[in-house]
Amino acid sequence: MTTTVAVRRRYDDDLPAGHHPSKTSRILIWTGLVLFLIYSVAPVWFLVVSATKSQRDLYTTNGLWFADFHLFDNVRDLFTYRDSIFLRWMANTLLYGVAGTVGMTVICVACGYALAMYQFRGRGILMGCIIASFLIPGALLTIPSFLLYTRLHIVDTPWAIIVPHFFSAFSVYLAKVYAEGAVPPELLEAARVDGAGEYRAFFTIGARLMTTGSATIFLLGFVGSWNSFFGPLVFLRGEQKWTIMLGLYSWLNIKVDQSVDLTGLVIVGAIVSLIPIVALMLSMQRYWRSGITLGSLK
Amino acid sequence: MSLELKQKPLTTPPAERAGDVRFSGGRWRRTVALKGASFTMPFFAGFVVFTVVPVIMALSKSLYTAKSSGLGFGAKTVTFSGFENFDRALHDAKFWGSLWRVALFAIVVIPLIQFTSLVLALLLDSVRRRVAGKLRIAMLVPYMSPGIVATLIWIYLYSPDVGPLTPFFKLFGIDANFYSSELIWVSVGNLMAWGSIGFNMLIVYGALQAVPRDIFDSARVDGASEWRIAWSIKVPYVRRSLVLVSILGIIGTLQIFSEPLLFRSMTPETVTKDFTPIMTIYNQAFAVGDFNYAAALSIVLALVVGLVSAIFYKLTNKAPT
Repeated sequence: MTTTVAVRRRYDDDLPAGHHPSKTSRILIWTGLVLFLIYSVAPVWFLVVSATKSQRDLYTTNGLWFADFHLFDNVRDLFTYRDSIFLRWMANTLLYGVAGTVGMTVICVACGYALAMYQFRGRGILMGCIIASFLIPGALLTIPSFLLYTRLHIVDTPWAIIVPHFFSAFSVYLAKVYAEGAVPPELLEAARVDGAGEYRAFFTIGARLMTTGSATIFLLGFVGSWNSFFGPLVFLRGEQKWTIMLGLYSWLNIKVDQSVDLTGLVIVGAIVSLIPIVALMLSMQRYWRSGITLGSLK
Repeated sequence: MSLELKQKPLTTPPAERAGDVRFSGGRWRRTVALKGASFTMPFFAGFVVFTVVPVIMALSKSLYTAKSSGLGFGAKTVTFSGFENFDRALHDAKFWGSLWRVALFAIVVIPLIQFTSLVLALLLDSVRRRVAGKLRIAMLVPYMSPGIVATLIWIYLYSPDVGPLTPFFKLFGIDANFYSSELIWVSVGNLMAWGSIGFNMLIVYGALQAVPRDIFDSARVDGASEWRIAWSIKVPYVRRSLVLVSILGIIGTLQIFSEPLLFRSMTPETVTKDFTPIMTIYNQAFAVGDFNYAAALSIVLALVVGLVSAIFYKLTNKAPT
């Protein structure tokens, strides 16, 4: 909603809210913004530069500028180290992310749609559960979840990561808000008059009108899954099942424990895991920006 | 869930249904509502299994104690011990120490982050929108970085071996060891600020865009300076979203885990195994192996977090949901 307003305004006044700030104000404003810009980007710049260096140059040259260019050697080392275990972690992360988030999107969009479109007994209780679960600290759940998964025999299997990801209260909440905005109840009434059943109405009308909302929910879910650390750390044991984040953490520990120095690999691995997610978020800005603003206003 | 895509015979004539449907065909209405409710079933089945059941398990686990018989050999016997675990948790100096440590940190760092976000949002709001849009993307790069990657970046930036920060501070004659116990919270705080300011700024900036622009014109006519406008009009407008994000930030920070865990890899002497409450719980469960006590600690932490949120809601008089 804010975006549409902003877009319209851009054409009739591109003037800033502060009318015409004085010269001193302008200097102050720009100094502040540029300093913060450097603060935001410099660490990533450091990572990029470091990824192009050989292990030795990493310790001996200026961290913020290039030395001999070894990026391709480093990437090759990363992907061949220990029988390409990093590639395996990448595949795992992608699998858990896609499988978990596709399931989550379907389940949560259907639920949010129903909460927005139907009046049924128990609806209030269900809404209450969703709101209440925002307040349950994740900390409370991890230990008993581990015990539960042990009993279900899914600890140390991909299921322990994928299945719990399906049920996100926040996604249901987002889906409900999107459905309220995107699906006019009159359209559903019209479909009913034309003889469409409720399920058919959802798949042919509701789900289609909610495409933007669903894409946002998918994107936020996928990014969350890609970045997650605590879950995989607790629920996965064998390193063949690990995710990138867990793998990088284990390499960071190796540096401390043993004489092998994996710093170079961790740096290149970090940037390889960073690129797809930043690319995805940049290309889908429109979606997640509306998602987080909605979330913040809940 | 059965998916019926077939066209169903009408239970009531279309003419009647086209009117106010609430009053036509009560039975048909109920079927519609029931089908609507069925959309929520998969989610709530999962919700019960993966949220409600664990909460109940935590409650029941915490009431038992597992003790090894004899000299620690042989099978453990599990006995009902009532509130013994909670009694132990309430007197656990290490746990409360970690909680106070993190609470103090959150109370200092979160408002600082919010204040900076607000200032930056105001700055961004006073440049041309097209420029602001471009700057905003660059400022969101930290938000887009996965938390673990952000932590890794800063761990290396702080590192005296590979990072440029130590030599940089040496230029000014400051011998900074970012892993020392004096500076560790500054280091973690800076890492959190880096990851969250851009995002928080975006939220505040979004709220600022919703302020009706005419107000500024009237204020200018009345002779208010730009600083005065920022302070007396813009800030009150975004106050609510600031408070909200602060509360969520403090609640999140009480549960901080992965950042200190990664720092522990570099500096195990400074970041102990029970540095934060969640690290204490994790350690109890997976290193000590006392799941019952870990469950009790989880509940205590959840209650503390709930209490803190409740107090904040009371103070701000508005629930965020």
